Amino acid sequence: MAAKKKTETEPKTGTKRKAASGKSSASVAATKPKAGDKTAGDLIIKVCVGTGGLAAGSQDVINEFTRELQARGIKAEIAKKCVNKTGCRGFCAKDVIVEILHKGSTEVYQLISPDKVSRIVEEHIINDEPVIEWLAGKEYHAFHDRQTKILLKQCGQIDPEDIDAYIGVGGYEGLKKALSQSQFEVIEEVKASGLRGRGGAGFPTGLKWEFCNMSGEDTKYIICNADEGDPGAFMDRALIEGNPHSVLEGMIIGGYAVGTREGFIYIRAEYPLAIQRLEIAIKQARGKGLLGKNILNSGFDFDLHIKQGAGAFVCGEASALMRSIEGKRGMPRAKLWRSAVKGLWDKPTVLNNVETFANVPLIIMNGAEWYRGFGTEKSTGTKVFALTGKIRNSGLIEVPMGMTLGEMIMDIGGGMTGRNKLKAVQTGGPSGGCIPAKHLDLPVDFDSLASVGSMMGSGSMVVVDDTTCMVDLAKFFISFTQHESCGKCVPCRIGTKRMLEILTRITEGKGREGDIDLLIEIGTDVKTTSLCGLGQSAPNPILSTIRFFREEFEAHMDGHCPAGACKALRQYVVNVEACKMCGKCARVCPSGAITWQPKTKAGISKSKCVKCGACYEACPFNAIL
Amino acid sequence: MSDKKLKITINGKKALCGKDETILDAAKKAGVRIPTLCYDERLEPYGGCRLCIVKVKDVHKPQPACTTRVKDGMEVFTETEEVRRLRKNILTLLLSNHPNDCMTCEATGNCGLQSLAYEYKVDGKRFAGETWDLPIRDDNPFIVFEPNKCILCGRCVRICNDVVMAGTIELTGRGFDSLPDTAFGKPRSLENCEFCGQCVSTCPTGALLDKKGMGKGRPYELTKVKTTCSYCGTGCNFFLNVRDGKVVKVTSDYDAPVNQGNLCIKGRYGYDFIHSSERITAPIIKKDGKYVEATWDEALDLIAKRFAEILAKHGPSSLGAFSSARCTNEENYLLSKLVRTVFKSNNVDCCARV
Repeated sequence: MAAKKKTETEPKTGTKRKAASGKSSASVAATKPKAGDKTAGDLIIKVCVGTGGLAAGSQDVINEFTRELQARGIKAEIAKKCVNKTGCRGFCAKDVIVEILHKGSTEVYQLISPDKVSRIVEEHIINDEPVIEWLAGKEYHAFHDRQTKILLKQCGQIDPEDIDAYIGVGGYEGLKKALSQSQFEVIEEVKASGLRGRGGAGFPTGLKWEFCNMSGEDTKYIICNADEGDPGAFMDRALIEGNPHSVLEGMIIGGYAVGTREGFIYIRAEYPLAIQRLEIAIKQARGKGLLGKNILNSGFDFDLHIKQGAGAFVCGEASALMRSIEGKRGMPRAKLWRSAVKGLWDKPTVLNNVETFANVPLIIMNGAEWYRGFGTEKSTGTKVFALTGKIRNSGLIEVPMGMTLGEMIMDIGGGMTGRNKLKAVQTGGPSGGCIPAKHLDLPVDFDSLASVGSMMGSGSMVVVDDTTCMVDLAKFFISFTQHESCGKCVPCRIGTKRMLEILTRITEGKGREGDIDLLIEIGTDVKTTSLCGLGQSAPNPILSTIRFFREEFEAHMDGHCPAGACKALRQYVVNVEACKMCGKCARVCPSGAITWQPKTKAGISKSKCVKCGACYEACPFNAIL
Repeated sequence: MSDKKLKITINGKKALCGKDETILDAAKKAGVRIPTLCYDERLEPYGGCRLCIVKVKDVHKPQPACTTRVKDGMEVFTETEEVRRLRKNILTLLLSNHPNDCMTCEATGNCGLQSLAYEYKVDGKRFAGETWDLPIRDDNPFIVFEPNKCILCGRCVRICNDVVMAGTIELTGRGFDSLPDTAFGKPRSLENCEFCGQCVSTCPTGALLDKKGMGKGRPYELTKVKTTCSYCGTGCNFFLNVRDGKVVKVTSDYDAPVNQGNLCIKGRYGYDFIHSSERITAPIIKKDGKYVEATWDEALDLIAKRFAEILAKHGPSSLGAFSSARCTNEENYLLSKLVRTVFKSNNVDCCARV
């Protein structure tokens, strides 16, 4: 709904931006436009309307700005022009973020709600005095300054629903350059860049393209995998929402390189805004002759279709995804043939991830050498990560490959929330593993992560502190994969179920002797014998937590959860020294387990306690442990 | 190019194979048995049961034989300690969600899972956990589905969709609760099912059963008689399963050149007429308004005599013949010969001429 309303003003905004795009491109990207810049004196208000922003209420903020500016007699047309729709800039923890370019300077506000708008307009726009207490502080800059943004550079800066904004910052130049080269040259450039698939497995992209190019068939397909399903991952969504044309451009270049005329973007239906923006982008690209027949008069024909997924996690697996596009049940296909030989409808097919495609125009434009300047020798370029969990600055970050976990979590992420200590980082979602805090100096690249039993995955990072139980965390991930297993192969279908059952009984204090070894045995066998990547990586969270946190598993076997997270193992006791005899605990206890009389210390009956934790929450003196 | 043979070894023995062959194909030709549950010659390789995993030299993980193509120089080992251990664990997982009621199970003696459990000496106890407790689907005259015995090998689904092209069943659900089922779990009926019983024929366990043959005898109590279907001219072969002189069910003959084990509803379930009390077993001649049983000689003499009379009195065009699609090409040929050369008529046709 909100998005629809906005599109009414979109064409106007678009054309105006186009007129200014040539000169404003630099100033838009920089934080401080030079004095005398032609945009100086204008008023531009940028509000994050990515999914995170919208969820935090950015549409209301936009409406409030529009209303407020009109009410204040600031010309309505200026107000309309000022309210730009920009994509995600990654700092979701502080949404709604509002950036105001006014009289040559830029200020960034964080955590803005509609009720704050009036004061900003009054003080900042009318009186030229920014509201200092709402400005983004050190954290915002620490979050941004340590990042290396090449993919996300334009996200949050340009209007994702305006192709001219993308063209204004050099968009589609990579495609032009690619079309002036031979397919072979394009593939060689991508190979030389060292780009590896960002979907998780890290297969060299150029090599994949070469296999498909050489397949010798007339009909081929190229697919973009935007079925981002890892819990805690939203990199691809943000890229598409913030800069959809960069993905399209990468796909068109890829399509040219492998020699196909047709491509698909497989995107999960849970991403309505991303889908809408892709639809707009495809339409605009067709309108400019960047998709369709004879692209840019090169004689190359190429078009794209969007296929919406129906919410199955396994459809992120390449062969299951292709079956889903074919209209069949999304289930992995046995790998009798590589998909570069027989993929979609048994035709040679290239499938890459959203982020992989977004890298391609940059590589073609700036050259492989430039690209190799980022990252490590074997993992080149940058990687986008989604930082979530018990971390202060959760959000989307882009860093060069090889940055250490510590830098990402402590410097960019701002460390932990509250006073709790960092315990582990779960990378790669349900396919990855838990990396303990002692490995903070581990460089994050494909090979280093694999060396500690985790994987890059698509780039989700869930930060865990010492209030999180590792057994419980492993249980969460295996219950996810068990639920999402397609049921085709035995180890994944039944093996993950048995592991879940064992973990469940351990967290309930009913673990049996030998359970930990049984978990390792089943886990290793499921990894070895499963058909597809889902099953082959499903035990990773369990195996890595046992590897690094075995003592926590053993503690559960002894009936104790060190993190205090497993409800069944919790035991509430009253610290009589801290008890002030207020009786609040007795009043909230649903099972009458608290023995308390006025002016007596409270006590808890173990047999009556149902471990609901109500007394723990209610005690104002932290006397219940 | 295509007939260039690849040289591989299986358990140390040399074997020659074509380049598109799988390890399983090659092993079969070489007479090496690799255990499978989801494999059916009539279907595309599936790779679901994972029991056919074998060790391939210089490949770090065991490879499924049914979905790995041979490469020149490949060294395959089908019975290493590691692959046997893995197969054992996979079987244990399967049996951990299986009723293991072989004493009363219809499929006993004809069950892939039972044979492998016997061979590998496993039960499901080590990985015991939740087991399915789903109701038996006995909602139609031909096919009984006992979901608790299903091992999700997908053979029924594939034969229904890829061979019969009926699309009656598909895998539904996810994870542990995946199950082959009809759309919306509706009972099988003529609306959604052809009742060809192909799914029953391919089921490796007792999950899908021929209702008509249930309780009529164990496989070793039945005599298998190979025959050709009498319903149409296709000439499908199958086995009549006979006990005490009675046909109790029909099973597939996978070596049949015409139908390779595939059958339709008539061939598989249309055998009631054999022992029907209303079946006509001798020629009948109408005498004085009443039907009277006769001998073949008597009947044929009568037919020949009457045809000759009609021919003499009314000429060749007064006679003709219309043949049945149930006849073979040879029978149709002979009939047309009779009409054209003996009757000297061109009035001959067959209902299969469309």
